[in-house]
Amino acid sequence: MKFLTGIWDDLNLSARIGLGIVTFFATFAIFAPWLAPYSESEIVGDVWEPLFGEFFFGTDQIGRDLLSRLIYGARNTMALAIVSTTVSFTAGAVLGFVAATMGGRVDQFLSRIVDVCISIPTLIASLIILSAVGTATSTLILVIGIIYALPVFRIARAVAMDIEVMDYVEAARLRGEGLWWLMSKEILPNAMTPLAAEFGVRFCFVFLLIASLSFLGLGLQPPLADWGAMVRGNADGIAWGFMHPIIPAACIALLTVGINLLIDRWVHKASGLRDDQ
Amino acid sequence: MNNVLFDIVFKRLVMGIFILFGVSLLITLGVEALAGDVCSAMLGQAAEPSTVAACQAKLGLNDPMHVRYWHWLVNVIQGDFGTSLANNREVAEQIGKRLGNTLYLAGTTALFAVPIGILLGVIAALYRNSAIDYTISATTLTTISSPEFFLAYVLMAIFAVNLGWLPAISNVSSSMSFLERLEVSALPVATLTLITVAHMMRMTRASIVSLLASPYIEMAKLKGLTPGRIIVKHALPNAWSPIIQVVVLNLAYMIVGVVVIEVVFVYPGLGALIVDAVLNRDLPVIQGTAMVFATAYVVLFMLADVLSMLANPRLRHRR
Repeated sequence: MKFLTGIWDDLNLSARIGLGIVTFFATFAIFAPWLAPYSESEIVGDVWEPLFGEFFFGTDQIGRDLLSRLIYGARNTMALAIVSTTVSFTAGAVLGFVAATMGGRVDQFLSRIVDVCISIPTLIASLIILSAVGTATSTLILVIGIIYALPVFRIARAVAMDIEVMDYVEAARLRGEGLWWLMSKEILPNAMTPLAAEFGVRFCFVFLLIASLSFLGLGLQPPLADWGAMVRGNADGIAWGFMHPIIPAACIALLTVGINLLIDRWVHKASGLRDDQ
Repeated sequence: MNNVLFDIVFKRLVMGIFILFGVSLLITLGVEALAGDVCSAMLGQAAEPSTVAACQAKLGLNDPMHVRYWHWLVNVIQGDFGTSLANNREVAEQIGKRLGNTLYLAGTTALFAVPIGILLGVIAALYRNSAIDYTISATTLTTISSPEFFLAYVLMAIFAVNLGWLPAISNVSSSMSFLERLEVSALPVATLTLITVAHMMRMTRASIVSLLASPYIEMAKLKGLTPGRIIVKHALPNAWSPIIQVVVLNLAYMIVGVVVIEVVFVYPGLGALIVDAVLNRDLPVIQGTAMVFATAYVVLFMLADVLSMLANPRLRHRR
């Protein structure tokens, strides 16, 4: 408890707001089946029932309860983003550390490949790959994970390069420790803080990419609720004056703002800047 | 000194060409995975095996991959991107028309976004930690964090549906006059401007603020110069290089970021073209459009490096 209050005291106002927003959505995501009034695929009423009437946020383009789909969407979209970001960090950090620790040809080889791959814009790359391999949830995770592993590789490599020249790494090398030991016992603990801050930043990017992809029809497939796809599905309503598509879009915006507010503080701490700067 | 500069620029150019080559290879490989069942996808499940085979032969899908890549590369260098599978029209012609529209969108946006972004950044740096700074920062944080389609739909709901001032669908055509074009594309331009201004403003502010701790700024302060003079005369010249980078990178972002915006406003640009092609599994169009996007990206990144070197004399010399 003392640990928790310590963290709370450490946050400034904007970070506290951020934490509040993230906790709010996380609660809905975790307890979705208990909090949602209906299931995510159940048709409960007419098309585009008005907001704040019988149904709190009205119904969507085929008459499903929008609030329930928002709650389940929080769960699906956030879970997908967390898993994809974790995949990209595991792959990117391992390869980045390998490149930095082994150096020479391995480093050259990996870095050049990443240089080429990274110059294909993220959205375009995922559009091409997903149209080729389909949009099963597992492929979605893998594709996004691999695409975002590239920038993570660069950061992990740069961070590990700085650590790799330290005396204690040299000492471990002279002791005859292997690659895995150097990476996991010498470099990883010291690279944790910058990488953790980066995780938050990347999570936002991944979250927005998933939103854009599902908006374009290449994300989670129906009937699974997904915020981006919900915006697109309800989009036609806007011409008739229905505000329904704005609600899931606003949820995406609100959650990313919340994460950003929280992360800003975290990055600020990690970079060791003074508060007055 | 100029030789050093020329050297670096030349190296960047060679690397750019090398990267483009790699990108084209990657795109072909990616599209290759698609090619397998494009004929059955096009002709439907019930198609006769012989029809499918004929279709594959016609598209040259029976050749080994490296042969196809070679053919494609040779044709592309000659400006021939093949014909669309969906409507049998020349891909190059389609891309040409759409590219013009997308460049118009990006160009108009840049015209508004670049001056506004830099100006706001300087103002925020000048009055940092004041109410103005907080307001600008909070607004830009929101626009950066929200997905493009959120802003797009909000603007559409306000200006097209509620107020009825602007059209919700940006169906530009070549017969329109400049003013008509501007009116029809006002909403996508406004959305893109909001997003890019936010990025540029934040980076401008950050690069100026990060300089303010330098000894020479301290010196200027101790000499009793006004804050405005310190920022404009002393900090800004040193911040140009990162600012130029941000501006050009934002242009790169804009070329790609238009994908979602174009879909929202049904704007006939390159982004809408690639999304349609992906949904129709129209290989030559995907390949061609992706190549154009990647080229724009690579060229602009290169430009960002070169320009920031030109703006910063210290970068011209190797240490």
